[in-house]
Amino acid sequence: MSNHEAVHAPVGGRLMTRPFTILLAFAVVGAIAAAYRFANGIGSVSNLSNGYPWGVWIAIDVVVGTAIGCGGYAVGLLVYILNKGQYHPLVRPAVLTSLLGYGLAVLAVVIDLGRFWGLWKVPIFVWRWSHSPQLEVALCVAAYTMVLVIEMSPALFEKLRAGAASGTRRFAENALRVLEKNFFWILALGLLLPTMHQSSLGTMMLLPGPKVHPLWFTPWLPLLFVVNCIIIGFAVVTLEATFSAAAFGRPRETRMLASLLHVAAWVAIGWAAFRVVVVALSGKLGFLASGYGVAFLAEVGLLVVAGAILLSPERRSRPACQVRAAMIMLLGGILHRVNTYLIAFRPGAHFSYFPAVPELLITFGIIATEVAIYIAVVKTLPILQGPPAKHTA
Amino acid sequence: MALDRRSFIKSVAVGGVAAAGAALPAAASERPVAPEGALGMLYDATLCIGCKTCVVACKQANDRQPDPGPWGEEHLYDAPLDLNENTKNIIKLYREGDTYSYMKQQCMHCVDPACAAACMLHSLQKDPVTGIVGYDPQYCVGCRYCQMSCPYNVTKFEFSKALPLIVKCELCRHRVKDAAVKGPDGFTRYPGGQGQACCEVCPRGAVISGRRDELLAEAKRRIAAAPGKYFEDRVFGETDGGGTQVLYLSRVPFEDLGLPKLGPEGVPRTAYAVQEGIYYKIPFAAPIGLFAVLAGVIYRNKRAEQVAGAEGGAKR
Repeated sequence: MSNHEAVHAPVGGRLMTRPFTILLAFAVVGAIAAAYRFANGIGSVSNLSNGYPWGVWIAIDVVVGTAIGCGGYAVGLLVYILNKGQYHPLVRPAVLTSLLGYGLAVLAVVIDLGRFWGLWKVPIFVWRWSHSPQLEVALCVAAYTMVLVIEMSPALFEKLRAGAASGTRRFAENALRVLEKNFFWILALGLLLPTMHQSSLGTMMLLPGPKVHPLWFTPWLPLLFVVNCIIIGFAVVTLEATFSAAAFGRPRETRMLASLLHVAAWVAIGWAAFRVVVVALSGKLGFLASGYGVAFLAEVGLLVVAGAILLSPERRSRPACQVRAAMIMLLGGILHRVNTYLIAFRPGAHFSYFPAVPELLITFGIIATEVAIYIAVVKTLPILQGPPAKHTA
Repeated sequence: MALDRRSFIKSVAVGGVAAAGAALPAAASERPVAPEGALGMLYDATLCIGCKTCVVACKQANDRQPDPGPWGEEHLYDAPLDLNENTKNIIKLYREGDTYSYMKQQCMHCVDPACAAACMLHSLQKDPVTGIVGYDPQYCVGCRYCQMSCPYNVTKFEFSKALPLIVKCELCRHRVKDAAVKGPDGFTRYPGGQGQACCEVCPRGAVISGRRDELLAEAKRRIAAAPGKYFEDRVFGETDGGGTQVLYLSRVPFEDLGLPKLGPEGVPRTAYAVQEGIYYKIPFAAPIGLFAVLAGVIYRNKRAEQVAGAEGGAKR
């Protein structure tokens, strides 16, 4: 990766801008709500119940959060496996988004776990390991978060190398050399682990099978989830590249995004077609005539609409259309996950769930923290593609 | 563009390689059976008079706090509406027109328990001798995946506590522990008679405790003695959801009593078939193989790039 370092540069500029302060305020409010939860139990801040033991913390912060963190995975597959080097400038910011998505998902898990203090036993007590799909998710997410830290570390070492002290400079140079030598297997891990745990996130909802609506209960759920996270990844990379370019005055990557979105469009349409075919072949089309049918059609339809927009070469080369289609695609992708984990989960007629205000404040706090750290990091470390040539003197 | 279509096909192939073969071996998974000495209970809803003595006895035997009920008057009521963190056993009433039936709800001690399949460190575990699904908080991280997975909504969690536990009926295994005698045949029995508190106090013998095979025989005897009396002339739990160690007889349909309609397949079988198919059938072959392929492709691509660079033909 470091042979491409010339293209990356820190954005610089003042950190404590007004939007940044607002993000910090949300983070602080979320932290206060989380502190209250640790003192008084999960029930004190949330509407989670014995019928709905998992709510927005798991469905949004973890299940959707890690999928949003799959930008690095989706672009990594293109660049390193399909050898599409032209997308390389997208990799580093995508990996940063991934690291933040996964790092904060881990934080959300700690808030959600009732007995979080025993979490350290999960990777250590190998002799107690079960064949639970959730164990696979837990171990893989932890490992992948570490891999993302390693994948991100060249940005830090490049910054150190540019520093003054000769000792740190030598250390940074050595570290970069070691990373360069070992990158192919670190990258391979970085592609293997998401394949494993994103599919397992689908497997996880097979265990509550009898409580999951038949439209979502299919043994193909693992495959649907792993391709779904690639779709979400493409959408997130598009939005992140576009908004970064706008916010930080960086060169737009419109042409690169156009061809990326062309791939994404076919993946999305393929996913939607497969989803419908699986439901049809298992004879479940009758379930479409219900509220659940609307939720199903929404998650499939949004992807088809996004794909249809992007199939036109004229439309997908316009930034406004790219953003619109990516947002629709993101929404459709997210909806499949929220549907599977919350909407399609039916514990019984006398249970209901809607998130409580402090519960949502914790989720908002986590999202705000994610965006705030992203801004802080791209301003100080070489993540984004360098400024247009006219500014470099 | 042909290139993009190929990319798409490849992306799907690479991304789903581990998961793709998963749905196929579903039929190959074996069906667990109850251990020979499996303990259980038989609840005959036609005998229950709804006195709820069992609810009180269960609370005493398991050190559970009174439940203030919907009024929240802690000093006056013990009125749980449903199973909860203070209530491991409850009596409910189904009523429609002239038909009514009581319903006793507690852990079913599934032959193939989904909660134990969900548990990462075997904090919930099925005893190999008694078949009791017991809870050991030492390894519990409070993830509540067991609650998600239980098809009977039995597993409960102390949402109101900072240091919470999972709460569920453990078939009074703490009461029978000291009275347990391991027979020469290797099975544990309870000659002292200290069984489940709910069975001990039931004035009508509506719920009785014993070995699962004996209880099943008894239930079938009752059905044979009065054909047509019981719903579908069958015992709930013989095969439902892979079988349970708590068995039910009822005059009204089991679904009316809140028992889910489950096939003969164990509830965790679909998830297990996928998970075992990917990871354990040939241990870790899929992830290791996929890793080797990924690393190989990345290495090859990088070499090709370097060679191209050395020839001075960097096209990008």
